[in-house]
Amino acid sequence: MEDTILKTMQDVILKTEDLSVWYGETRAVKDVNVSFAKHKISSIMGPSGCGKTTLLRCLNRIHELNQAVKITGRITLNDENLLDIDPILVRRKVGMVFQRPNPFPTMNIYDNVMAGYKLNGFRLKRSRADEIVERSLAGAGLWKEVRDSLFKRGTFLSGGQQQRLCIARTLALEPEVLLLDEPTSALDPHAMTKIEELLVELKKTVTIIIVTHNLGQAGRISDYTSFMYLGELLETGPTESVFTNPKHEETEKYLTGRIG
Amino acid sequence: MAEFHSLNSADARPAENKGGAEQAPPSFKAARGRVGRTRGRIGEILFKILLTGGGFVVLVIVAGILLSLIVNSVPSLAAFGPAFLAGTTWNPSGGEFGALPFIVGTILTAFLALFFSLPFSLSLSVLLGEYFRKGPFAALIRTMMELLAGIPSVIYGLAGTFFIVPLIQALEMGIGFVPYGVGIISASIVLAVMIIPYSASLGKEVLELVPEELKEGAYSLGATRTEVVTRIMVPYSFSGIIAGITLALGRALGETIAVTMLIGNMNAIPENLFAPGQTIASLIANEFNEAGADLHRASLLELGLILFVITALITILGKYVIRKMSVGGSS
Repeated sequence: MEDTILKTMQDVILKTEDLSVWYGETRAVKDVNVSFAKHKISSIMGPSGCGKTTLLRCLNRIHELNQAVKITGRITLNDENLLDIDPILVRRKVGMVFQRPNPFPTMNIYDNVMAGYKLNGFRLKRSRADEIVERSLAGAGLWKEVRDSLFKRGTFLSGGQQQRLCIARTLALEPEVLLLDEPTSALDPHAMTKIEELLVELKKTVTIIIVTHNLGQAGRISDYTSFMYLGELLETGPTESVFTNPKHEETEKYLTGRIG
Repeated sequence: MAEFHSLNSADARPAENKGGAEQAPPSFKAARGRVGRTRGRIGEILFKILLTGGGFVVLVIVAGILLSLIVNSVPSLAAFGPAFLAGTTWNPSGGEFGALPFIVGTILTAFLALFFSLPFSLSLSVLLGEYFRKGPFAALIRTMMELLAGIPSVIYGLAGTFFIVPLIQALEMGIGFVPYGVGIISASIVLAVMIIPYSASLGKEVLELVPEELKEGAYSLGATRTEVVTRIMVPYSFSGIIAGITLALGRALGETIAVTMLIGNMNAIPENLFAPGQTIASLIANEFNEAGADLHRASLLELGLILFVITALITILGKYVIRKMSVGGSS
């Protein structure tokens, strides 16, 4: 099955091989083998506690911050083992947007966008920084809304705007992959639509992997869909075929609302 | 209150009717409800009185202290006026009193102590608030810190006399100062140790409150732990850290016995940090019992008033900074 999918994927950018994640004695992710196609949107769905967020958090190695977590297997980014690269570099190449918008409340909008550079102590020329800020905010569809208040703190922004600010701050580092962990579950439907449109636009330049609870969302925006259940990745395929012709009973049950 | 009352009794009646209509056990429920409600109402009032009383007591105490200080320092206020603040002579037998040496001594020792303690209290805050939040090592350090806060200040004074004073003496001899041993610097060092737990424990609390999602946000942008601590956590909890510093400073300004044992008790503006001096608190502790003349007593009390005002000003300033810096604030 995996082979047929690989054939349909033109270009694999990120791939896991026998990836397992342990919290102490509990195994949250079991032998997951999955490939993510370049410049596509791949969604990972599944019921609560199925390990989808855990899987996502391995892909930029942010899971290692929790010392109780143990990871086995391989993750490759452009055929290079992620686990051999400095996690700091990994996180710049593989950006992440979280469930709840988390702009830095001590920084203004400009500094929030530049946070990736500032935190790492990079010093850029002002003209170069201005350029990055404008490009990133424009990329996140936020430039027009905030260009007159760049030096105000982002706290007055709406939830959707804050989430797009978080996307902009990730884009500023020009990542190859963008991970999103249920990015719209804390937002209203209008803000959700805007972010979905944005993601479809963004896939031209960056590979997107999104964990979602929202079947409609996975159906609307993703090119490929994976379904996880009890820590296992049961199936992966083009979204349409997973939705219309699921290979696993559990996938079908989930899609029809019988588990979830 | 009246409105609340009528609302409640209006509630009670329909409830009774309903009980009857549903043929529930005759009126037990309603009766119990009524008893409970009446008792609840009286309890409510009593509780409120108790709470308001507590607030009132605080008000009365502060006003009382301030008033007694003012009333008792009237002779000195009348004799010297504002010149008292700038006066540098303190001569009880000659009836001449000036506050400046003690104001300088107080502020100098307190800020010097703060300066010495900050590196330690900040690193302790970060250590316990981020690096070792759980586990035996954290527990050990925390317990030691609590112990440090619980040691009576006279013990600090003794420890300072036996450990710090000889060290300072040796240092003074080495660099060519008069080897008093006691003095501003010795008092400040011991004071610094005494106030570490105050700012460190508050700093730890506020650093622990930094939302996990902000830290993860920073890590996901490739920040290292040091960068997360210095550029995300400390700015986020800055107002709380300032609150801890204010608390420590207040403590340092008023500390009496340990300072009295170590400062050298000389009633003059210290020429340098190694010279002996006197703080307001140590002067009062030294002289109040033997102060015979009215003017002497009044001058000491006026100094007490000044200390009160300094401490109040620092607290207010701290509050202002906290409000300004607070992340929840408007901008």
